[in-house]
Amino acid sequence: MTDRDTAYSNILALIEPFNKKGVEIQPDTRFAQDLEWDSLTVMDFVASVEDEFDILISMNRAAEIETVDQLVDAVRQLKGER
Amino acid sequence: MTDLFSKFDDLIAMREGLLSTGVTDPFNLVMEKVESPTVAICNGRRTILLGTYNYMGMTFDPDVIAAGKKALDEFGSGTTGSRVLNGTYVGHRAVEDALKDFYAMDHAMVFSTGYQANLGIISTVAGKGDYVILDIDSHASIYDGCAMGNAEIVPFRHNDIEALEKRLKRVPEGAGKLVVLEGVYSMLGDIAPLKEMIAVSKANGAMVLVDEAHSMGFIGEHGRGVAEAQGVIDDVDFIIGTFSKSVGTVGGFCVSNHRKFEILRLVCRPYVYTASLPPSVVATAATSIRKLLDSKAKRDHLWENSKRLHAGLRQLGFTLGTDEPQSAIIAVIMPDLETGAAMWEALLKEGLYVNLARPPATPAGMTLLRCSLCAEHSSEQVEEILGMFAAAGRATGCT
Repeated sequence: MTDRDTAYSNILALIEPFNKKGVEIQPDTRFAQDLEWDSLTVMDFVASVEDEFDILISMNRAAEIETVDQLVDAVRQLKGER
Repeated sequence: MTDLFSKFDDLIAMREGLLSTGVTDPFNLVMEKVESPTVAICNGRRTILLGTYNYMGMTFDPDVIAAGKKALDEFGSGTTGSRVLNGTYVGHRAVEDALKDFYAMDHAMVFSTGYQANLGIISTVAGKGDYVILDIDSHASIYDGCAMGNAEIVPFRHNDIEALEKRLKRVPEGAGKLVVLEGVYSMLGDIAPLKEMIAVSKANGAMVLVDEAHSMGFIGEHGRGVAEAQGVIDDVDFIIGTFSKSVGTVGGFCVSNHRKFEILRLVCRPYVYTASLPPSVVATAATSIRKLLDSKAKRDHLWENSKRLHAGLRQLGFTLGTDEPQSAIIAVIMPDLETGAAMWEALLKEGLYVNLARPPATPAGMTLLRCSLCAEHSSEQVEEILGMFAAAGRATGCT
C-alpha cells in the first residue's frame, strides 16, 4: 500500500463510528450531503482525525473539505507541513 | 429569480409545525409590565421571572435608577457618536474606572454590548497566521469574533484539558496563540476547569481570554468570576464581561493588565464604528458595579437559591445539566423540542417564565428549559417555583 492508501484506509476507519446511516463510503462521498452530518458531528469527527494524525485542521481549512478524497489530501499535506 | 429566503425553508416549516399544535410561541413573549427583578405581567398574568440572567437583581435598585435619571437629565438621551469621536462622556470614563476597581486591573474598555466585546477583542487581537483555540461550546459571540477575524480557528472538546493541550502543542512554531474559555457555560450552567486549562495554555505560550459574563458579581471572593474563585485571575490576559446580566443594564467590556491594551481603542472596529452607550446606561452601570463590590449577603442568598432549586428539581425527577449546582443557571434537559415547548407553555400558564433553549444554541442537539436565579428571589418564591414545576410536569407527563 502507498502512503495515500494507508491514509485513506485510516480515514475510512475513523468515519465508521460516525456513519450512522451505514452509507457505503467512496472517495467522492460528501460529508455534509451524503453522510448527512450536522456541524457538531463534523467537529467531533475532525477532532478524531486530528488526534489520529497528530495534526490541526482549523475550521477555516475544514470548511473547504467536502469529500473523503479532499480530506485525505488535506491530511497528507498537513502532515507534510509539520 | 432565486428567492434568497429559500435557505430558511426548513426552519420556517419546523416553526409552523410546532405552532400548528396550538402551543404558545416560546420566542415571541411580551412582558406587559415589569414589577421587580423577579416579577412581570405576561399575557395579563403575574409571572415569576426565572430566565433573565438578572442574577443580582440590580435592575430596580433605587440608587441605580436615580443615577440613570440624573444622567438622562444632565447629559441627554444619547451620545450620537463613536467612543473615539464625540461619544466619550465623563460617564463612560467613570464606568471604566468602576470596572478597573472591581477587577483590580489596569485597563478597561467598554463596548455597546457584550456581543460586540467578544466580536471586537477576538477579531482584533488574533490576526492572520495566529491561532485561536476555543472550547467547542463557546457562545455565538465568540464564534462570530473568530469568523470576523483572519486567524486559524481550532475548537476542542468541551472542558477537555487534554484536548486543549494536544492542540496547543500542534500549533506551528512561532505562531501567536489565543485560548478562549468561558467561566460559566450558559447553556448547562457548568463551570470550566480554568486552573488547569490556564496552566496548560501558559505552559505552551498562549495568551488567555476568559468570558466571565455569567459569573460576574457572585462567583469568586470579590465577584470577579470563576478565574478568581480558582485562584488564577492573575494569569488571565483578557476578561470579557457584560452589563446585561448581574450589572442589570446593557453593554460589554474587556479588562486587562496588558501594557499595550489602550491601542485597541483605535484598531478595534466594533468599538470604533458604532455609537457609544447612552449616558443613562453608563451611569446605571457604574453605580451598579460599585454596589456589586460589596454585596456578600446577596451572593450568599443567590447560592442558597441555586442549591435549593437544583435539589428540588432533582427530587421532582427532572434531569439537570449538572450533577451539582455550579452557578446560578440550572438547566432542565427535555427529551425533545415538542415536549420542551409543551412544558414551557405549561410553566407559563402556572405563572413562571424560563428560557426554552434549542439547537444550535445548545450543545449536542439538546432542548433545555434554562432557569437563571436571582438574588432577589425570596426563599418562598423558590418553593413556589418548585410547586409550578411539579404541576407543569404532571400536566405534560414529563415527570
